Amino acid sequence: MDTQEYIVNMGPQHPIAHGSLRLVLRLDGETVVEVTPAPGYVHRGIEKMCESLNYRQIIHLTDRMDYLSALMNNWLVSKTVEKAAGIAVNPRIEAIRTLMAELQRLQSHVLWWGVGGMDLGAFTPFLYGFREREIIGTLFEETIGARLTMNYIQPGGLMYDILPDFAKKVKDILAYLKRIIVEYDTLLSGNVILQERLRNIGILDPKKGIALGCTGPVIRASGVPYDLRKLEPYGTYAQAEFDVVVGTRGDCWDRYYVRIEEMRQSIRIIEQLIDNIPEGPHMVTKFGAKIKVPEGIYYGHIETARGVLGVTIVSDGKSDTPYRIHFRSPNFNNLWAVTALAPGWRIADLIAIQSSLDLVIPDIDR
Amino acid sequence: MALEPAAAKREKADRPAVQVPPDKLAALALRLRDEPALAFDLLLDHTAIDWIAENRFELVYVLYSTVHGHYLMLTTSVPRETPVVPTLSAVWPIAHWQEREVYDLMGVQYDDHPDLRRLFLEDEWQGHPLRKDYKDDYMLGLPK
Repeated sequence: MDTQEYIVNMGPQHPIAHGSLRLVLRLDGETVVEVTPAPGYVHRGIEKMCESLNYRQIIHLTDRMDYLSALMNNWLVSKTVEKAAGIAVNPRIEAIRTLMAELQRLQSHVLWWGVGGMDLGAFTPFLYGFREREIIGTLFEETIGARLTMNYIQPGGLMYDILPDFAKKVKDILAYLKRIIVEYDTLLSGNVILQERLRNIGILDPKKGIALGCTGPVIRASGVPYDLRKLEPYGTYAQAEFDVVVGTRGDCWDRYYVRIEEMRQSIRIIEQLIDNIPEGPHMVTKFGAKIKVPEGIYYGHIETARGVLGVTIVSDGKSDTPYRIHFRSPNFNNLWAVTALAPGWRIADLIAIQSSLDLVIPDIDR
Repeated sequence: MALEPAAAKREKADRPAVQVPPDKLAALALRLRDEPALAFDLLLDHTAIDWIAENRFELVYVLYSTVHGHYLMLTTSVPRETPVVPTLSAVWPIAHWQEREVYDLMGVQYDDHPDLRRLFLEDEWQGHPLRKDYKDDYMLGLPK
């Protein structure tokens, strides 16, 4: 029987996108022949807006890119501006930033696990993932006053100091999460249907993955130990002992299990750092003081929950706003891998592949 | 620098940075990727800066080598009236995707790009918003 290729728009409204993302699929029956992503439904022009905002005001816009890594986004801009403007922060600020970033990585990964389960047809993990996410969210709310759009890490310090019982509360959460991750394994990881849907699906070759600009858990699952926390330690990561989790095959299952293991590593990092928060002020610059960056081009990057978030700041040295700012977003670059991973697989496998890339759409569009 | 006589140091950058004329870009990119001592296999980022006072766009490529762990910022400048450079999508496949963003928002043309279309904005959008002289009817002025 003769078959005919046809084109289907998957999205912009599709449950797998967790936002508005359109994939244009060229199909031969159920088999994907070609995928062309068509983003832009949440494009807000953040880079253009930043050109008329000063370096403190930019921070709150970065929350709205990858909202599940909001604190890491804040940290990146703060870190790059501090380095460029010559502001030295104290060890207390660095310690709190590191702890908060790792807590958020945990929060992001538990949510990914929940929605990842739902993408593949298991609804219960979705409820479980949100349950754990809310517990960490409540801790953030107590310290920061926000659960999602943090605006917490500022150039020169932190918006608010931590509360006296912060360490105790974090330890309680860690004790709980350790138990929960075992439960995640028994509930979902060991499930035969899940394994069948993830194992040997969408294999990403390490060399190809690098050429496609993949970073974060996606490239680590292919066996490339590219983790900025280890390679170029920032914050207080150098003080903690932890392993860079890598996969062996680079299939969807490796991308799934790398994130589960990363949760365990994050718990390990926090446990080592939580009792060593030095004393000191939580802000070293005067609040609201103008920050001037000398003329030049500055690039900085950070390991968020999804990969390398980079920022290029161009200053003309004349004002306290950047001349040009550009974000190298991990999701924008990881999304491109779908064009190489999906062809040859069925539509249902494409769902697993996209889910294993863990995309946050507002970070693609910016 | 020994690699490409036309290359010069790009001043005022916070990491090793070189600038090359646009006609030398493609050949140099290929050598940066393939020379074993350099091995820049990861194109981390590509973007453009609109230097309107100097009537040029500066294109920035941030390169990283997963083999050696070193960085390079590669830049090239093109005139604003004819912003054309060769595509690097054959050297680093991710450039295909990153160049589409720069084309959409900054209006840089990439020669031989396989699929140079707008990425974020709709197809009938007029102009390129990240240019410094961009204006449309819906833009709000800055508060005085």
